[in-house]
Amino acid sequence: MKLINRTILYLSGFLLLAISIWSVVFYLSIIDEIKDSIDDGLEDKKERIIYEVRHGGSDMLSVKDLSKRFFSIEKIEGEYNSKNRYLDTLVPLEDIEDEKIEHELEAVRMLVSHFKYKEQGYKLVVVNLMVEEDDLMEAAFWDIFWLYLILMACIIIIDNLVLRKLWKPFYSFLEQLKKFKLGHSVFPKTKTKTREFQDLQKAMNILLRHSTEAYEQQKQFIGNASHEMQTPLAVTINKLELLIEEGDLKPPQAEHIAAVMDVIGQLVKLNKSLLLLTKIENKQFLDNQQVSVNEILRECKDNLQEIAAYKQVDITLDNQDEISVQMDISLTRILISNLIRNAIFYNITDGKVEVKVEKNVLRICNTGVDTALDAEKIFDRFYKLGQSQKGTGLGLSIVQAICKLYNFSLSYSFKNKLHCFELEFNQN
Amino acid sequence: MPRSSFFSQVFPDSNAYICCMKILLVEDQKELQNTVVASLEKEGFVIETADDYYGAIDKIGVYKYDCILLDIMLPGGSGLDLLNQLKEQGQSNNVIIISAKDSLDDKLKGLDLGADDYLTKPFHIAELNARVKAVLRRNKFKGKTTIELGNTVLDFEERLFFVKDENIPLNRKEFDILNYFLLNKNRLVTKTALAEHVWGDDIDQADNFDFIYSQIKNIRKKLQTAGAEIEIEAVYGIGYKLTEK
Repeated sequence: MKLINRTILYLSGFLLLAISIWSVVFYLSIIDEIKDSIDDGLEDKKERIIYEVRHGGSDMLSVKDLSKRFFSIEKIEGEYNSKNRYLDTLVPLEDIEDEKIEHELEAVRMLVSHFKYKEQGYKLVVVNLMVEEDDLMEAAFWDIFWLYLILMACIIIIDNLVLRKLWKPFYSFLEQLKKFKLGHSVFPKTKTKTREFQDLQKAMNILLRHSTEAYEQQKQFIGNASHEMQTPLAVTINKLELLIEEGDLKPPQAEHIAAVMDVIGQLVKLNKSLLLLTKIENKQFLDNQQVSVNEILRECKDNLQEIAAYKQVDITLDNQDEISVQMDISLTRILISNLIRNAIFYNITDGKVEVKVEKNVLRICNTGVDTALDAEKIFDRFYKLGQSQKGTGLGLSIVQAICKLYNFSLSYSFKNKLHCFELEFNQN
Repeated sequence: MPRSSFFSQVFPDSNAYICCMKILLVEDQKELQNTVVASLEKEGFVIETADDYYGAIDKIGVYKYDCILLDIMLPGGSGLDLLNQLKEQGQSNNVIIISAKDSLDDKLKGLDLGADDYLTKPFHIAELNARVKAVLRRNKFKGKTTIELGNTVLDFEERLFFVKDENIPLNRKEFDILNYFLLNKNRLVTKTALAEHVWGDDIDQADNFDFIYSQIKNIRKKLQTAGAEIEIEAVYGIGYKLTEK
């Protein structure tokens, strides 16, 4: 859920709670205030009645019906209580409607008090109409409801206008961060006056710079180490070649030398492969031109036919469509030759390699071991199947690195006892 | 020019002009210097060496070499600067750059400055021989397109091979193999060097080079049937050597 929506959700929840509590408190205090004010009126009325009774209005003592004049007086015997008692109650009051007198139960505030007149105790009941709480509550509820809606509307508008604007640098930064790839020198950057975002950007860029440095150092180390090995390897190979040329070797000595040369040969290939990987990752191949994949395939098949014949592997080439890509030609050769070599070397006697070009997909299938390879691992550096010790274990890593460089998609599958590599040339 | 003049100039045993082929090796690694010198001396070339930039400057200022093997990373300066200077003297076209760095950038720069070739370390002796001879052929013996040995003639321009003036049909790879052997007459050509030269400088060669044997067998058969006075010998199972019978 987006930050803005979460903010709105939380705000609406808390606001609802706050407004609910506030409305209850507000309602109670309003009611209290109303009662206070009515009570004052009742008290006043009571004093006035008692005053009138005492100054010649003794006829008032006979008002028994509350519904007409909103008060009643009756004699009491015995216990006398000078305290005022207030209560909320319902009494039938006269209501004149369409010139008819009707009695209707009305909510009232009632004051019950006692007074003495000529040594006789009387009970005086005074009432005043009260607001009906139901009506009040309903009115209050709707008011609060509208208030809540208006507040929410304001919050949503503020959220969208203000928060969106405030968070804009953050989202722009995030977007750049998502696109960031190690090895790129352009760091995500966005203009902002917000301290937190500035800090985030600083912290993030320090982290990225560290990662990039570590990555560069690692790459450089592999590159440098491989370079530094080239000359010693050259010396070793050439010395051994000269030694063999001298002749006069006994067969066991020659065998030893042959074994050493073999190992050195592997070392040379490993070194070259590492250098090539470093170069691909450093994008040192920039000699892009229009290359015909079919042409390279034919060339590659021709180049490898003796090796395939020796391994008794049959290569078939099915050019259904023509693919032409914009890329470095030597990388195209390496890409295709590595895939086909791979298909030849990890094959079985009397096996086959089927190469097919269809639309913009190159499919290379070969017979081989009976089980599928680990699709997760085959492109990893130095991943080797137990049986093959001669390969560098970098062939498919190189293929993958080239595909990454040009955004080609590469996949492996195992169907009908065929190991298939599918390469889709997406030209951008 | 008689047919055999190229060989008499390039190969030691046809001793006529070989004293005149002078090569300068600019390389700071002493051991590599020694091996390259030892190998090229076997071909009968006269070789001088320079260990650093200034040593090389001194040498090229004094003498005009037929071929210069130039390392790019030198103590005291860059081989490319040296190449620039050679270009100004009109001498850069006989330079072979030998670099540990297989960098496209350096390669393009070097070739742009007129260098003839670019060889990446580590290299095989046979490959260096072939490249040096190619430079000499291009610059010193213009127009010469054949190599001759015994009763055989190889025309690398027309890609034809003759035994006793009779054309022997060879496929592309057989021709390349024979050409490579002829450039390395009497020298060891390892299977690795041959595979790299003929089948390309492959990156992940995941097998041995046994398949080469059947190729050699085919060539041997063709040579024998035609009655050629050259033969290809196996050397300790490591490689082969072409000799005159």
